[in-house]
Amino acid sequence: MMPAQGTDTRPPQDARTHAGSGPAALAAGILFGLGLALAQMIDPLKVLAFLDVSGRWDPSLMFVMGGAVLVAGVGFRLVLRRPRPLLDGRFRLPAELPLDRRLMAGAAIFGVGWGLAGYCPGPAIATLGLGNPESWWFVPAMLVGAGLERWQSRRARSAAPMAPARDTANS
Amino acid sequence: MEFTPWSALGGGLLIGLAAVVLLALDGRIAGVSGIARGLWFSGRGERPWRLLFLLGLVAGAGIWALAGGAVPLPRAHFPPALLVLAGIFVGYGTSLGGGCTSGHGVCGVARLSPRSLVATGIFLATAILTTTIVRHVLHIG
Repeated sequence: MMPAQGTDTRPPQDARTHAGSGPAALAAGILFGLGLALAQMIDPLKVLAFLDVSGRWDPSLMFVMGGAVLVAGVGFRLVLRRPRPLLDGRFRLPAELPLDRRLMAGAAIFGVGWGLAGYCPGPAIATLGLGNPESWWFVPAMLVGAGLERWQSRRARSAAPMAPARDTANS
Repeated sequence: MEFTPWSALGGGLLIGLAAVVLLALDGRIAGVSGIARGLWFSGRGERPWRLLFLLGLVAGAGIWALAGGAVPLPRAHFPPALLVLAGIFVGYGTSLGGGCTSGHGVCGVARLSPRSLVATGIFLATAILTTTIVRHVLHIG
């Protein structure tokens, strides 16, 4: 993936502007995957035992979210005091948009899918290598769903050029 | 399922640490649905780190399995059609709503983002409702 030394004279634009650091992303992914496994979130039955509040309720997942939010809450605060990340030019935080129907409808639909099978995106992808065919069905379907939403949003935007201007309309 | 507060807490701490590492070094939010979606729908330069993060997820769970950790078996009577339907809902919903359990539920809640707090409340509510219907009304799984 690295250009051969001495032969490529182009300035490393990509690397500086938006490539991020591969090793850091890999390390973060491994930690994340180990955390999901230790917490048993890779087991959809464990997840469903949390969501099934009227059955034999297992509150374990509250501790997963609690632990993660605690570390991220403190860690993010410390990290964001710095002017920029260690290996990239700037922080890329989601824009603070107002609450809108897209957010609420999207969250509601995601919850239905999560509750149907017990998989959210992280655990579904993490289990791809464990020889369990469940995630081999789920993950491609998830990418199809995301593609469908993107296609629909783009079509809605281009089909309504006269619609009242929204922030996204001029892109 | 047995209540396992300590392993749950330990796993949560690791997930939080992963999010802090990614923000501190790369300046990016560890939202898995957005990272996966961007693997297909983002500029060329944005792809390698995303792929490596997702490979890391697979490797992390793989290391756990190689070290003798418990690995879930496929459910005997769970219809693949339901997995596909669930996957489409999860992909569509996270794309529309801009995040999932990690992006909104962990990173966004940790930043006290109003959007993420609302999204997390909504997806927990609809997930609980759906699981209740699937298990106690439809008797699947």
